[in-house]
Amino acid sequence: MPSMNMIQALNSALDVKLADDPRTLVFGEDVGYFGGVFRVTEGLQAKHGTKRCFDTPLSEGGIIATAIGMGVYGLRPVAEIQFADYILPAFDQIVSEAARLRYRSGGEFWAPITIRSPYGGGIFGGQTHSQSPEALFAHVVGIKTVIPSTPYDAKGLLIAAIEEDDPVIFFEPKRLYNGPFDGRHDQALRTWAGLPEAEVPEGHYKIPLGKAAVVREGAEATVLAYGTMVHVAKAGIADSGVDAELIDLRSIVPLDIETVTASVQKTGRCVILHEASRFGGYGAELSALVQERCFWMLKSPIERVCGWDTPYPHAFEWDYFPGPARLARALLKVMENS
Amino acid sequence: MKKPPLSLYIPQPPARPGDKARFDHLSFDLGAAARMPDWRTPETELRDLPYGLVRVLGVEGSAWDPHLAPEVMRKGLRAMVQTRLFEDRFFRAHRQGKVSFFMKSTGEEAIGVAQSMALEPSDMCFPTYRVQGWLLARGYPLEKMINQLYSNERDPLHGRQLPVLYSARDYGFYSLSGNLGSRFGHAVGWAMASAYSGDTRIALGYVGEGTTAEGAFHEALTFASVYRAPVILAVTNNQWAISTFAGVAGAERTTFAAKALAYGIPGLRVDGNDFLAIWSATCWAASRARANLGPTLIEFVTYRVAGHSTSDDPTRYRPKDEGEHWPLGDPVERLKDHLIAAGHWTAERQEQMEAELFDELREAQKAAEMVGSFGKSKPPVSEMFNDVFKDPDWRVTEQRRELGI
Ligand SMILES: Cc1ncc(C[n+]2csc(CCOP(=O)(O)OP(=O)(O)O)c2C)c(N)n1
Repeated sequence: MPSMNMIQALNSALDVKLADDPRTLVFGEDVGYFGGVFRVTEGLQAKHGTKRCFDTPLSEGGIIATAIGMGVYGLRPVAEIQFADYILPAFDQIVSEAARLRYRSGGEFWAPITIRSPYGGGIFGGQTHSQSPEALFAHVVGIKTVIPSTPYDAKGLLIAAIEEDDPVIFFEPKRLYNGPFDGRHDQALRTWAGLPEAEVPEGHYKIPLGKAAVVREGAEATVLAYGTMVHVAKAGIADSGVDAELIDLRSIVPLDIETVTASVQKTGRCVILHEASRFGGYGAELSALVQERCFWMLKSPIERVCGWDTPYPHAFEWDYFPGPARLARALLKVMENS
Repeated sequence: MKKPPLSLYIPQPPARPGDKARFDHLSFDLGAAARMPDWRTPETELRDLPYGLVRVLGVEGSAWDPHLAPEVMRKGLRAMVQTRLFEDRFFRAHRQGKVSFFMKSTGEEAIGVAQSMALEPSDMCFPTYRVQGWLLARGYPLEKMINQLYSNERDPLHGRQLPVLYSARDYGFYSLSGNLGSRFGHAVGWAMASAYSGDTRIALGYVGEGTTAEGAFHEALTFASVYRAPVILAVTNNQWAISTFAGVAGAERTTFAAKALAYGIPGLRVDGNDFLAIWSATCWAASRARANLGPTLIEFVTYRVAGHSTSDDPTRYRPKDEGEHWPLGDPVERLKDHLIAAGHWTAERQEQMEAELFDELREAQKAAEMVGSFGKSKPPVSEMFNDVFKDPDWRVTEQRRELGI
């Protein structure tokens, strides 16, 4: 099986869909000839033609509005928003249109669109190339939000997203494009080469949306994470010495509530980890759900490890980014109660 | 009758890597300079201007010649050269790991510099990242600018913002941000506020041609037109938005200046590599704004000589030598040649000036590096939490405590 980094795996997913379904179109700012600023669409225009993969005007609202119109016609557009930080001009199209079209038209119209966008920090991108806006979308009913953490998952989830009849936001952890990153920023860069998660079949396969992955089994605590934080969690768990179960949510809407609940009921402790700022973040929803469903099994208050409640600061990348040390501290803290 | 099948049109640039560079799609006649109507002329009589090209340098007897004093032109030349040297230096600094990111305006220096000089110190500019020359032309301290690039302990923006995304209130330079277009409307609102207050100040907003596709561009034009805001709205059309050619922003159909027509405001298309034309068009639009005649949209036709940023390699999407075929030349060379031809400047003085500017920059960089280049020094971590609100709420207080600062 070929080894792929996350960029290649995503490219392969798009390639598979462009080849097997003429309704698939791929477009966005700089995605055509150039292949995207992160190279995810590289070679697709040359292979599938300028009508299948093309550059759009610099207008996120326009990109999503157009994608919805195409979806309504019957195509399956895959739109790229160059950075998740720039998705906001399209917010109205996503929230008021894509997410509600099926409901308000009594099922007459729907928007089978996929919106791909690199998100997250760890690249010294400052406040407009580092944000994690997933909670804004998780709050909106009618759209799904997917976040992979490995090349294998990225391809299988992206194909599943494209084949969904409902709109899907697909956030790509850009810090994981070229290799896993566990938050230890002072260590040598790692690539995906040789890792089992980077063995990606060439052809079509899907990972269903709404199925979490148990990355590490454990008995003493449950760590809930997604995207880059899955790798940070592995490191933090190792550092803490706590026998923690690590769950990679993979899609935050739909959420695999059974896997989450079963794990916390088993371990009795829960730590939630995300890059986005804490207040009103997706961790707040997770915390509420776990508390509602596992209250009598909990041995300790639920802990959240998140970005601080500030914009993403350029010079303070590693002060802001929730690294393994903070997770390890939170794990030791929940272990204080038995 | 059988209807013919429709087909989807996808625009293509005239040349890609390996092709011969071409600019024959640009619809201007370099020989014919645009007429210069009196600035009081009603908009209905100005509707040819968006299709012409305001030029001065290289045009015999252009009506738009602002007849600047030689020392003003020399000052402009100096600021443009300084901008070029500054940007070359910090582009290189990126390769040396001294900055995390950088952007240049090579080939476009005349725009920020001429407008900065032509407008009043109390006017307000809502910039893009391509007008660093605005600050240099106004004498912004070099060392302070470099401290921002380095995000070091003396960074005036406290390490919070990417390099180049300056904020310099005292220099009439609004806070920059990475998201495109979102400040174009602020220029209009600021100008409306000035009008409301019976003030005399006007505003200037910038976007790149790519960004004219954003809703924010059209919203700003609508408000400016409706309220006759005293604002100059500038589009720097440098032909490329990263890898995307201007045709994808609509340039295959019309000019960017002509967007003004639908809003009922004057539109000027100006040679953006011509210091004197930029100056003159700016003063023309400023006169209208100051006389309560409302906004003007100006398209500056120019060329992005360098890559989009330190993250970009333009040879991947356009011919390597495309810039050499650019019909409007180099803004620095054109002003310099003009000054020399008029007997106001010499090649020796140019050389001497460049050497002086080079030394000055080197000294400023050295001083900033004494504080520290990127990663070698940073503001206190507590700065991460300041200015989220004027007065911090309990979240900030608790989180600072958690971080032990
Ligand atoms: C809202 C938004 N969308 C996308 C981007 C990513 N981006 C940064 S610069 C750029 C191209 C800008 O082109 P243009 O407006 O022509 O200005 P230029 O860089 O050529 O001066 C893009 C797409 C962004 N910064 N903001």
